[in-house]
Amino acid sequence: MRITQGCFSFLPDLTDTQIAAQVNYCLEQGWAVSLEFTDDPHPRNTYWNMWGLPMFDLRDPAGVMGELKACREANPETYIRINAFDSTKGWETVRMSFIVQRPTAEPGFRLVRQENRGRSLHYTMESYAVGRNPEGARYAP
Amino acid sequence: MGAADTPQQILDPKKRYQAGVLKYAQMGYWDADYEPKDTDVLAVFRITPQEGVDPIEAAAAVAGESSTATWTVVWTDRLTACDKYRAKAYRIDPVPGQEGQYFCWVAYDLDLFEEGSIANLTASIIGNVFSFKPLKAARLEDMRLPVAYVKTFRGPPTGIVVERERLEKYGRPLLGATMKPKLGLSGKNYGRVVYEALRGGLDFTKDDENINSQPFMHWRDRFLYCMEGVNQAAAQTGESKGHYLNITAGTMEEMYKRAEFARDLGSCIVMIDLVIGWTAIQSISNWCRDNDMILHMHRAGHGTYTRQKNHGVSFRVIAKWLRLAGVDHLHAGTAVGKLEGDPMTVQGFYNVCRDMVTKQDLTRGLFFEQDWASIKRVMPVASGGIHAGQMHQLLELFGDEVVLQFGGGTIGHPMGIQAGATANRVALEAMVLARNEGRDIANEGPQILADAAKWCQPLRAALDTWGDITFNYTSTDTSDFVPTASVA
Repeated sequence: MRITQGCFSFLPDLTDTQIAAQVNYCLEQGWAVSLEFTDDPHPRNTYWNMWGLPMFDLRDPAGVMGELKACREANPETYIRINAFDSTKGWETVRMSFIVQRPTAEPGFRLVRQENRGRSLHYTMESYAVGRNPEGARYAP
Repeated sequence: MGAADTPQQILDPKKRYQAGVLKYAQMGYWDADYEPKDTDVLAVFRITPQEGVDPIEAAAAVAGESSTATWTVVWTDRLTACDKYRAKAYRIDPVPGQEGQYFCWVAYDLDLFEEGSIANLTASIIGNVFSFKPLKAARLEDMRLPVAYVKTFRGPPTGIVVERERLEKYGRPLLGATMKPKLGLSGKNYGRVVYEALRGGLDFTKDDENINSQPFMHWRDRFLYCMEGVNQAAAQTGESKGHYLNITAGTMEEMYKRAEFARDLGSCIVMIDLVIGWTAIQSISNWCRDNDMILHMHRAGHGTYTRQKNHGVSFRVIAKWLRLAGVDHLHAGTAVGKLEGDPMTVQGFYNVCRDMVTKQDLTRGLFFEQDWASIKRVMPVASGGIHAGQMHQLLELFGDEVVLQFGGGTIGHPMGIQAGATANRVALEAMVLARNEGRDIANEGPQILADAAKWCQPLRAALDTWGDITFNYTSTDTSDFVPTASVA
């Protein structure tokens, strides 16, 4: 399966040139770009690992691309996303987020149904990869 | 404007309160020198006085009938600080290009209204005056709600920012679809449509306005099967999904029961229809706040009073009331789809939903600056006769903070519902990517879609099926303030 989080998951994986163009757009909006990575991509996992702090004062996409290269080398076989944070009043939140690295294989999630009273079900989603190995070894080929 | 023969306010109390009938202007409901206070509620009405009725007297009558006046003098006014409680019409302008129509400005003192009650606000402002015989027609065009009054409302329970944070979806419009056919499907078949659309790439699916609990599908069945579809699709895509479960019902007790069942099944969103009324909306909004639920508002019925611009209430006013009352999603028009909507006017509705401070913008029908006092933003929803081939127009018109809903444009896809959903999602992502790269999507949009369709067969099929479908009819609800022709 292919996890479809982030705003470009239905497109073919972006090239580094395409990623840099999106980063440039974020910087033009005045947003601070940051990198995050995880091997627990459950949709309710809000807190991925931060690769350093958001790059608040950075104005050149090349700086982000350098960090992305380093993050990929240190964390192969993980998901990496680029976030863009808008600190203006009334937003103060992420304005854009897209995946820039995926593990080679994405086993996905199992839907667990627990029967309740009547015909009600309690649903929960379990990651095959997370259940298989501890953090750091989940997507090892 | 001020006709010399307009009756002036009678200042001598003995004459003013003598039993009998006076002109509204004589009673003090017209004051051309009045300077509105920051705390006043302001309204602009478009009025069409009957033949022979002086427009200033008509404006004074609107102010009178929407505040303290009745048709005759009453001495009991003198038991009150009546100057304060009288609304004042303070300005009147002929409507450009519309003979016999006038915009009239009315100011209301803050003390005329109960805090946190849209029912009370509307009972005053639109309670009596729209049936008033000396007017052929009247329309409430816009309102300015003072910050002091805005702060008495809780507003949207979730808002755009928190909704996106909960869903972890940023940087693009959200995608939805209304289930079709809107009546007749069984719960099991209905849930299939939900599942297919979400699995194919949509973020949300939606009950239609008139899906409640009919013989062909009782509400509990619908909720159970829809949540099966939602959860199955979420697990298979690793992405948050939702279905707007319509909890509209005959009583509040029944609505709460349905809302609680939706919550217990893990739904992130419920839906109501505008026809349930202001008090019911505010009550269910409070429930949503207490239960971390996004509240979707379907504006069912609004066209009966918003569409004709000589009589009724403009949707921009309804949108302001709904933002105060507290909804998270609001259908606000598509401009390019099958339902009424001049592009500029519709953009005005979107501004009302999304701005922190809505600027005065007469070309978009916005008569006043409106400070929202940090009340949350409402996510507008564009729904009704739109398709993937219009993606560049929709993104250009509305930006990222919108839910684009393709019902027929998903379910009617020749390769199936999943393919229809995928076509929409690919078209959207390709367009956002291109816009961010600096491309001119308004002009290059069709080419951007054609390029994506080279590797995405479902998008190719969607463009082949609907690429040329447009709804080019003249809009009825256009801004008259600046006399320009309708765009659509």
